[in-house]
Amino acid sequence: MAHFPKPAEGSWTEHYPELGTSTVDYEDSISPEFYELERKAIFNRTWLNVGRVEELPRTGSYFTKELHCAGTSVVIVRDKDGNVRGFHNICRHRGNKLVWNDFPREETSGTCRQFTCKYHGWRYDLDGSLNFVQQESEFFDLDKADFGLAPVQTEVWQGFIFVNLDPDNTTSVQDYLGELGAGIEGYPFGEMTQVYKYRANVGSNWKLFIDAFAEFYHAPVLHARQATGEESRKLQSYGYEALHYGIDGPHGMVSSWGGMSPPKDPSIVKPIERVLRSGLFGPWDRPDIEGLDKLPEGVNPARSPTWGIDSFVLFPNFMLLIWAPGWYLTYHYWPTSYHTHIFEGTLYFVPPKNATERLRQELAAVTFKEFALQDGNTLEATQSMIESRVVTQFPLGDQEILLRHLHKTARRYVADYKQTATPVDVPTGR
Amino acid sequence: MTTSLPADFADLEPFSDWCLATEAERYAKRLSSSMEEMQAFYDGAFPRLEEALGYLDELDLGALPEDAGQLLTLCYSLVNVSFPVEVWRQARVPDSGAASMDVVVEPAV
Repeated sequence: MAHFPKPAEGSWTEHYPELGTSTVDYEDSISPEFYELERKAIFNRTWLNVGRVEELPRTGSYFTKELHCAGTSVVIVRDKDGNVRGFHNICRHRGNKLVWNDFPREETSGTCRQFTCKYHGWRYDLDGSLNFVQQESEFFDLDKADFGLAPVQTEVWQGFIFVNLDPDNTTSVQDYLGELGAGIEGYPFGEMTQVYKYRANVGSNWKLFIDAFAEFYHAPVLHARQATGEESRKLQSYGYEALHYGIDGPHGMVSSWGGMSPPKDPSIVKPIERVLRSGLFGPWDRPDIEGLDKLPEGVNPARSPTWGIDSFVLFPNFMLLIWAPGWYLTYHYWPTSYHTHIFEGTLYFVPPKNATERLRQELAAVTFKEFALQDGNTLEATQSMIESRVVTQFPLGDQEILLRHLHKTARRYVADYKQTATPVDVPTGR
Repeated sequence: MTTSLPADFADLEPFSDWCLATEAERYAKRLSSSMEEMQAFYDGAFPRLEEALGYLDELDLGALPEDAGQLLTLCYSLVNVSFPVEVWRQARVPDSGAASMDVVVEPAV
């Protein structure tokens, strides 16, 4: 029986007829060739979120981002005018990686006046211009103006820093994020600067982990043991239905109820949650800041009093989760091969005013890790079996609409790329 | 030597090896501890949690005296072992196999 209303068509999936309702195959998640196409068709052509402006607090603050998915590394920096700029992380002289520390393949961050290459000491201003060449007179007709760092399109939306590796891109990140992005503009992300960031190597295709977090159908089953016995059985018999789904272009969102913050009956949660008034859904008491009383229109779009969380799946690999008690969470899935990726989960809270608030946030962060470990490991089990190809067609329910949409979107980008980019340059792989 | 806990919490000194500043240290100690050790720590510290909150909330979180800071890290460890003790009955997250997840950014305090 339905607990929440669905669109007139009878289901969320049929509300978006282009999605179809047939079984799906996951060839897009188990094929090395498809991943090579995704690198070109998706990760080299769409806006990728690489961080937040708070990571660049002052002039000269920088961080690097390794993008295996796009075959490059970028360095993001705040220049002397306060602008956020992005460059390919490569010295124009002999191609050395410009910014790194000890381990060339690891990301780094810091603050500098200019970038100096470790190899021959060429130096670049924060705006990317080459300003010093060691023994310049040894070179032949070298005009430093011709050898600035290779820029990467970089834009900031709501404090989130995005790069687009396609030099021919003409779409702003704001336009790219469309209606769903517009609907959350104005949320007080900038007030939430207390950060916990987790990273894990996951043995699955990047889309499969998005699948896991883009539906809550699994939650009452996979995470059954995280609730007390009777509550767990009740949750399973009730099942899961979302309040609302939205799809716009390549992006999607699911809006969900969340009776856990605080729970109606405190006896259903762990003893420490009762004492600290916090848990998976975050601290039960909202922080006292501007901007949470009247939320942007795209947050809790059904305007449900039982609303708990909105999850935005921003194509390709960025998820943004806004929680009713006034904090947010981001997920990033950075592919490293067709069946591996680096998962990053980052929690953002309003800075705590005292130890109690601090411990509430600690409990939310610790709880997040417990759940994510279960989810990540389950994914390896999924990847290994669909790679067997003994079964190739899988049904998806209405509560799994965002998965259907994600895989369809990835396949469409690849198909479009194959049409426009001929001959298709498929590397042989290493 | 590590600083001891505030005098009001001297009864928790036997658990001062749980005063660990980073999540990585706390999680590693959880994985290397027996359920008996974690249960003993939980049984000792959990009943004092509300008093600890009351004590710490009187102080400036950004400038905690060393002994109060120790007490706070002890509370972080209590949060971490609450899952094995209250839910899992084992140190590791069930069905998490060899999976691991590392903290790459955490608050300074």
